[in-house]
Parts: sequence; structure tokens; C-alpha cells
Amino acid sequence: MNGILNRETLVKWAPLIVLFILILFFTVLEPRFFSVRNLARIAISSAPALMVAIGVTFIIIMGSIDLSMEGTVSVSAVVFAFAFLALGGTILSWAWLALPLAVLVGAAIGFLNGLVHVKLKVPSFMASLAMGFVGTGFALLLTGGDRIRVEDEVFRGLLTERWLGFPVMVYVALAFLLIGWFIQSRTALGRNFYAVGGGEELAHASGLNVNRLRIMGFMLAGVFYAVGALLAVGRIGIAETATGNNFMFMSITSVVVGGTALWGGVGGVWNTLVGVLIVNVIGNGMVVIGLPGYVQDGVLGLLVIIAVVLSTDRKSVSFVK
Amino acid sequence: MYQLNKVDKKFPGVHALKAVDFTIGRGEIVGLVGENGAGKSTLMKVIYGAYQPDGGTVTIDGKTVRFQNPRQAMDHGIGMVFQEQSLITNLTVMENIFLGFEKQFVRFGVVDWKAMAEAARKQLAKVKLDIDPGMITAKLSFAQRQLVELAKVLTLEERVEGDLVILLDEPTSVLAREEVELLFKLVRELTSRASFIFVSHRMDEVLELSDRIYVMKDGEVVDVVDQAAANIDSIQHKMVGRDVDKEYYREQRQGAYDPDRVLVSFDGVTVPGRYEDISFDLHPGEVLCLVGTEGSGREAILRTIFGLEKPAEGSVRIKGQEITRFNARQSVELGVGYVPRERKVEGIVGGMNVYENMTLSQMGNYSSAGVLRIAEEKALAQKWIDRLAIKTPSVFKDCGGLSGGNQQKVVLAKWRSGGSDIILLDHPTRGLDIGAKEDVYDMVREMCDAGAGIILVADTLEEAIGLSHTIHVVKDGKTQKVFHGSPGNKPSLFDLVHYMT
Repeated sequence: MNGILNRETLVKWAPLIVLFILILFFTVLEPRFFSVRNLARIAISSAPALMVAIGVTFIIIMGSIDLSMEGTVSVSAVVFAFAFLALGGTILSWAWLALPLAVLVGAAIGFLNGLVHVKLKVPSFMASLAMGFVGTGFALLLTGGDRIRVEDEVFRGLLTERWLGFPVMVYVALAFLLIGWFIQSRTALGRNFYAVGGGEELAHASGLNVNRLRIMGFMLAGVFYAVGALLAVGRIGIAETATGNNFMFMSITSVVVGGTALWGGVGGVWNTLVGVLIVNVIGNGMVVIGLPGYVQDGVLGLLVIIAVVLSTDRKSVSFVK
Repeated sequence: MYQLNKVDKKFPGVHALKAVDFTIGRGEIVGLVGENGAGKSTLMKVIYGAYQPDGGTVTIDGKTVRFQNPRQAMDHGIGMVFQEQSLITNLTVMENIFLGFEKQFVRFGVVDWKAMAEAARKQLAKVKLDIDPGMITAKLSFAQRQLVELAKVLTLEERVEGDLVILLDEPTSVLAREEVELLFKLVRELTSRASFIFVSHRMDEVLELSDRIYVMKDGEVVDVVDQAAANIDSIQHKMVGRDVDKEYYREQRQGAYDPDRVLVSFDGVTVPGRYEDISFDLHPGEVLCLVGTEGSGREAILRTIFGLEKPAEGSVRIKGQEITRFNARQSVELGVGYVPRERKVEGIVGGMNVYENMTLSQMGNYSSAGVLRIAEEKALAQKWIDRLAIKTPSVFKDCGGLSGGNQQKVVLAKWRSGGSDIILLDHPTRGLDIGAKEDVYDMVREMCDAGAGIILVADTLEEAIGLSHTIHVVKDGKTQKVFHGSPGNKPSLFDLVHYMT
């Protein structure tokens, strides 16, 4: 309201400012941080995380939460790998069908998630957390603990083929970011996510089918998790139960640090992009300047608290549960 | 002994209390009556310390006091029994009675439950309630909970030196007649321990219980009557005592409605616990007003039409179609638009901009295969911004940042632009300034001219009379009386109040 430097503007741009400060900080300490090689490394580790984080962004905009990503990613990755190998083992054969199949698996898990949440009226965090465990267990059942190698050169081209120094998977991730942006800003579905997050009562009172919308949201999130799974497999060439590890903390942290509010209605995929980059820049930068990994976790934890503190208007909230 | 001298309280845009004098003696029962918005609740809040007066003084036994919060008022012996019961239902009765005052039972950091139960039993005996203090409060009936509240307030007796003043805010609203008798008997007996201030919409009860009655209107005490001299009619006259300004409510623009077509028809509709056997027809061009006190069932009727509350008996028809499955989506499709009282909660989505709010209920019309045609949305929003003179810098403005009047216009535009022709208005002018109110009245007339039917729960009685063709007076969930009024031939405020209280 007064000048450019009011609280609202600050909160809006804070994540981007933090990202720039971090990049500057690491570059000053270690100039090699800002080399194309290193930036590509950050982009590669960010790509799968970005997909998963975009998926959960939609759910958080709705004011719900989805914690099923680790299980969903594992199942999608494992199903993909099995199908890929069974259908010929190279993209140039019928094995390409494994790609849409993995996405369908993601959507199906999301659908189940939404169904349990909406129809059985289980709170979303509990429904999805449980579904995530089921997924992880199911992936282990499928693989029996084995790692499945996906060595097709065309598929691995996601990592090995580079344009302008960045591998193809980074461009794939950017394409899906744009798709996410389109859904968020140009479709009725995306608009409805914001409406439900901003005022569920009102969305209901405007005749929206809120339950159906929630299920659609979880399906959409599942699709993005599956894309994240594909990129994760492309990155290391292996699908296993552990493919999904660490995605939960990583994605939720990214969404929150990016400035999407946990109670819904505010934020979006660009916030999530910035959040994912902040998290990965910190991870990479710490290694580059030679700090041990556990410091990194501590810093991320602090960052989450700072982000939530910044985005909460404490005057208007008297109690927090 | 407790006295207010020339107490003033102002809120932005409202002068809620104007130099109010109020006294209550030892062991006295004082009644307080007035219309909604007359200043009763503000006065009560000043008395129990929730509001600080802007002018005037509060004295107890001649000494001036100033309460910063209700706790300080309690320390001076002033307790409140709330209308919305303030007991925490998952705690036991004794925990509720001593909530916030457990310290007296704590030894070395541990609560002595036996001592607390004993003390609670003593309090319950004062209100003649023979229950186990260790009981979970949720298991009590409403009448019993009311007595527990009273017992809770009476603990002040032990804690505070001097006399008690206890406020009873609509204590009878959830009680049956026999329970009311018992409560009154108890209150009379308790006058040996405390004085009472009794607030109620039920005039006969106020007359029955009170020694003196304060009548409030527009933030002023217009009369103080002794019980002996009190008479319902004259009090009701003093509560309203003014005429309706015809021009203000656009009465000259009130046209005749079309009696042959019916938009909404209720036939003997009952929602248990809310309202009973309600029947009416709403016609195109008609403003039908539901008048009654808070909790009389008006809002529940609106919620039924909007599909949020399913009736147990009777038939509801919207445009001739019998409604069997009640949901908001179906009602919206049939052309019902709901303008709720809590604009911020149910009216507009803060954080979404003007055009996004306007198309929220009709996104199907502005999208193909799920992809929005945003250019059309903006054009629509611009059209209605011009038509209703909505003051906003652009269609991109976050609706949460608009003034109340302009938010209300956005809500109305949302429904009208989607073709809704059954408009439910719940306190559409609450919290708006005078100019914005007049805009809403203009819109009401325009909608009627365009063939829409309106069901209104008005903010004031004048508004109800000024705007409507038909008035249903509802009391305790039942229609008491139906008035029809054309311009120049409308029921008076007194007629309505007579059936309301």
C-alpha cells in the first residue's frame, strides 16, 4: 500500500530474491558453481523433483495435502520398467507404450487417493500418506527388492543427449512446467482449484462439484508424479522401490519455500519452480563449497520455517493446530 | 450499585451507544429490549468488559472502574451467561465450571480432582442441578447446560468481594416453556446473591421476570419502565417509533408482480428443529421478505431453497420442478443465486480477481473443453462493472481489496450475469454505508423489473417493509402472519414487531 516495499510485495518476491542471493553467495565462494556444467547438474537433479512438486502444488492450492508421492513415483517407475522391458526394451519398438502406461498408473493411484479422501472422508494427509505406503509396499512386491535396469540408449538420451549444455530431460521438465502453467491459468479446472482453496464454502455455494474436483486434482497430481518417475528413471537408468525416496520432503519443502501457502488459494507453478531451484541450489552449493550433507538438511529445515513465518499473517490467525 | 453514566461507543460509520445511562441495584432484575441493531449487544459488551467505552464512566458503588477485558470485569463481580453456550462440550462439568480458575485446586502442580468435584457440587447446588460434576458436558441437555453456565458465573461469589451482576443473553431461546419457568424461579431466588440483566426477544418473558425494563432504539435508551407500569404494546411502539422513508427504499419503483407464474413454491415444508409447516409462493418481480428474530428459521428457509438443507416434510418446487435431491449445484442450474450474509466467507473469494469471481458459478459458459475463454470473461466483467458502477481499478483487482458495497455488487453481478432469476438475499446491506445500501436497493428494483423473484432477509425492519411486496413474519420456526403491501399501503413497524416478539 505504501511504496514498493510493503509486506505483500516483499512476500511475493522473497523466494526469487532468496534464490538470487544463494546463487550469488555460492558463486562468490566458489566461482565454478556458476559454470554451465554445474548449472546443468542442478537442472538435472531439479527436473524430476520439479514434476513431483508441481503435482503437489495443485493439491496445496486446493487447501489439501498429498503425501503419496514417494509410493506413486516408485510404482510408476517400476511398472514402467517392467512394461518397457517386456515390450521390447527400446523406445523404437512397442515399448514406447510403457510411457503412457506409467502416466496412467500415476493417474489411477491419484484417483484412488481422491476417492478414499472424498468418499470415505479421510483427511487428505492421512489418506495420501497411507496410499503412499501402500504404493511403496506394492513396488517392493513387484520387484522383490531387485533393481531393474533400463538401458535403452534412446530413452537414456533424456540424460545423455544435450542441447546447449543441458540434457533433454531438462527441456521435458520445462515443457511440463508450461503445461502445468496452462492448466493453472487457462483452464476451468485450474481456476476451480483456486476457488476451492480460497473459499470452499463459496465454491460449493456457487454450484461447483467440490468432491469431483478434489478427485480430479489428485489424479492430475498423480500424472505429474508419474512424469517425475520417468525422469528419475531416465536420470539413473534404474527403476526400484527406492526411486521414490526423498521426494516427499523435497517436494513439500520446495512448494512451501516457493511461497505457495499451505492453507490454499495462493501460489502456483512458478513459485514451485523457484522453490525447487532454491532447494537444489542449496544442496548442490553445499557440496561444491565442501560442507557435509547433514548441514544441508538443517538449512532446508530452517528455510521451511522461515518461509511459513514470512507467508503467514499472524495478526489474522489466532490459533494454529 | 452498578452504574453507567453517559456511556458512548462509536464504531467506524456507526454511533452504537449514545450517552447511555444505566443503573442496576442490589438484587434487582433489569430487562433490556430493543430491535436488532438497537445497541443491546454493544451495551452488554461494555458492561462485561469486552468493549471499552469511548466516553462516559462506569461506576460500582460510586467508584469509577475501567475494564480492559472480561477477566477484569469478572474480578469486579460481573459475569456473563452467553446465548451461544460457551461451555466446552468435551470437558467435564467441573472442568468447565472452573475453566481458567483451576489454580485453587492445584497442589504441587497436580490437580486435586476430588476437591474440584466437591467445589463444583457446591456450585451446582446453587442452581439446584443434581448431576455428577465429573460428567462430560456433551451429555447434558441444553437446559442443564444453561444451568451449568449459570453455576459457572456464580463461582464469582466466592472469589469476589461485593455484589454480583449477571448478564443473561437470550437464556430462554433454546428452552421449552416448563424449563423457562424453572429458570425464572431460580433467577428470582438467586436475587439474594446477585442482580441480573435479562436480555430477550420474547417480550412477555421480559415483562414477567424484570423489575425494570430498559427500552433501546438506535443506540439510545428511549424509556425505562417499571414492571407495574409496563405494557407490551407501548414498549413495542417505543422500540420502533419512526416512519419509513419511502424514497430511500425506492418504493416509487416498486411494480406489480406477475401472480400467474410461480418461481418457488413451498407447501407445508418442515425442517425439524429449524422451521415447521412453511408455505409460500414466489412470483416473478416479487420481493418476498422473511421477517423474524435471529434464529427464528429465516436463514434455514433460504438454505433449503438453495439446496443446503433437506426438509423432512412438505414439497418444494422450483419453476414447477419438484425437488427431491437437495444440492446446491442443482439449485444453481435451476436459476437460484444466493447472496450470503458473510460476504468474506461465502460471497467472494479473496485472492481471486473480479472476473474470476464473476464467472465462478458459470464457468461452463466461458470454457470450451475445459479451456477458459478469458477474453470473454473480462468482457463480461467489464460490462457489469459499467452497468453496476462497480468501483474497481480494473478487472484484475483482487476482490478481497474492494469495499463491502463493491464486493456485494460483484456477488450480485455473478448471479445476474449467469441468468439466475431467483435471488436469495441474506442481509444484503449489512455493514454497507448509506450510498452502497441505496445501490443495493436500486439493484433489487432492477432485478424485479427484469422478472426475477427475490427472497430477502433484511438487515432492518424498515428495509423489509420498504422493499417487499410480501412479508412473512416467522417466529420460532412458524409463520405468524403474512402481510401484503403496495407502495403507500404497507404494514407498519409496529405490526411486524407485534408478531415477532
